[in-house]
Amino acid sequence: MRIELRDTPFDPWGELAAHEQAQVGLTGQFGACATFVGSLRDLNLGDEVHGMTLEHYPGMTERELGRICTEAAGRWELLDQLVIHRVGAIEPGEPIVLVAAWSRHRREAFEACRALMEALKSRAPFWKKEHLADGERWVDGNTAGY
Amino acid sequence: MSVTVKFFASLKEQLGCDGATVEIGEVATAADIWLQATGGKPMPPNILVSINLEYCDRNCPVKPGDEVGFFPPVTGG
Repeated sequence: MRIELRDTPFDPWGELAAHEQAQVGLTGQFGACATFVGSLRDLNLGDEVHGMTLEHYPGMTERELGRICTEAAGRWELLDQLVIHRVGAIEPGEPIVLVAAWSRHRREAFEACRALMEALKSRAPFWKKEHLADGERWVDGNTAGY
Repeated sequence: MSVTVKFFASLKEQLGCDGATVEIGEVATAADIWLQATGGKPMPPNILVSINLEYCDRNCPVKPGDEVGFFPPVTGG
């Protein structure tokens, strides 16, 4: 299980490949890896989005993400989990979040990946502030995930 | 007998500060800490509360040395 906050852009597909390669125990063990990558769109609520600042609660954010992953590990038979989340200044098109779950069979990976992402959205203390052509605004809620 | 208070995101901007240190008596709740830290402002109903990096109810007791966080609904991912 690995959880990271990054204040610079990251390549989610490179991270996935590197993580699998580094986890020697995974090779040959997993039959399924389900992933979610969320990226910053350049349009929201009809307005052009020029960028975003992601604030978090240092210490609590990592702790809550850890708890979310631990809960998933207790609910599904997972071989590994990876969560990478951006903080700081983000440009449109850049990945914001990567969630991945590895398991022997697809059901656990699919279900855990989805649940991890939904729990992250509703519990991990992050806050998005959009930068628009004519100012800034805080995102005040999440769209429905289910 | 002090408590560290932290505000985040839009709440931090509305209050004009990112936190405070407040003195407490022997019995205090997170809601009491809010009132002290904000000079008696009513707490908006959607505000989330944490004590020592754990989510809690606004009526949870706070001890000296605790860190109490107040923040709006989260929007990560």
